[in-house]
Amino acid sequence: MSVAISLTVNGEPVSREVDPRLLLSQLLRDDLCLTGTHVGCDTSQCGACTVHLDGLSVKSCAVLAVQADGTHVLTIEGIAGPDGALHPMQAAFREHHGLQCGFCTPGMVMGAIELARTAPDLEEATIRDGLEGNLCRCTGYQNIVKAVRAGAQAMREG
Amino acid sequence: MYGFDYHRPAALSDVVSLLIADEDAKVLAGGQTLIPTLKQRLAMPTSLVDLSAVPGLREIVAEGDGVRIGAMATHAAVAGSACVRGILPGLADLASHIGDAQVRNRGTIGGSIANADPAADYPAALVALGAIIRTDRRDIAGGEFFTGLFETALQPGEVVASVFFPAASHARYAKFPNPASRYAMAGVFVARQGDSVRVAVTGAGPCVFRWDAAEAALTAAFTADALDGLVLDADGLNSDMHADAAYRAHIVGVLARRAIA
Repeated sequence: MSVAISLTVNGEPVSREVDPRLLLSQLLRDDLCLTGTHVGCDTSQCGACTVHLDGLSVKSCAVLAVQADGTHVLTIEGIAGPDGALHPMQAAFREHHGLQCGFCTPGMVMGAIELARTAPDLEEATIRDGLEGNLCRCTGYQNIVKAVRAGAQAMREG
Repeated sequence: MYGFDYHRPAALSDVVSLLIADEDAKVLAGGQTLIPTLKQRLAMPTSLVDLSAVPGLREIVAEGDGVRIGAMATHAAVAGSACVRGILPGLADLASHIGDAQVRNRGTIGGSIANADPAADYPAALVALGAIIRTDRRDIAGGEFFTGLFETALQPGEVVASVFFPAASHARYAKFPNPASRYAMAGVFVARQGDSVRVAVTGAGPCVFRWDAAEAALTAAFTADALDGLVLDADGLNSDMHADAAYRAHIVGVLARRAIA
């Protein structure tokens, strides 16, 4: 069985016939070549595959492509400005050295952008709780928390 | 993942028809348990019947002396609902600590209770608050819904539509999350409605259960001190690499006190 789906990915319309068992992460990486969305654990623990589905962060390895039919998907490739200027959260990760090997970074940035929009405050505990679904195997959390706070402040001021 | 067919009907009656026509079909709600299960090839459904196009299943509304939550309401929606916060803040708080942010954006109350994971959080709330589960065909009392390990009172082809939670003068949940999975190693929901007190325990046994001795003590005096000297019998509790039965029995007592304070 194949199922016709239509969605937008980073603002571009996408229509495909897909096997129902295709994961959103596989559609993004293998078909659309948007390999910025990383697959770490593939068991919905690590959050490296986090993207936004209609504005909400989700683990794209735990969403079927057919479930994304009719939605707007935003990946790490879609958040910079049209002139290539980094998103404030990306800029903050660079400024505060919020990455070591960089594998978890796309998921961290996508999770942090939603956190910045929804968190009641930007206290360290709030940020750590909010990013519970994103793991950094380099254990670089100190600078990630710093970067998220700075990025969130920049988003709120911008 | 094994292959399967996919259906997304626009009416609950069509969901039921598809499930009755194919006993190996499975309902897809938020998919946060089902999809990882499929990926591990621990289930082999012939088809998935997606509830997401059925209208009305995401609604959260005040009703009578309580709140009705649609089966497809996500944990994030329940946690952030002004209606739930107003009527049962302890329930919104429970929802805000399920899994992590990404899981809460997809996972649903209907999916969670139909799956009946012994370490899930919602079963404790349903049992303690005396919730009423509305399906496509009937109402089921919260205390009769969970029947065993991943077992519920749902009949073949029966689908959860909503859950009604009656208000309570006290409703609070305390859990000890596994630091990796965030599932409850034990979780205790204490609810007081009029003179009735219910203490429901999840995560500690093969299925959610009520701690009768604690209920009796709290009915006599609704204070944490009333639980002094009470220890849950460890016989029959879960024992695994994370915690043995005696440890779980101990933390249930600690959590019950926290859920009263």
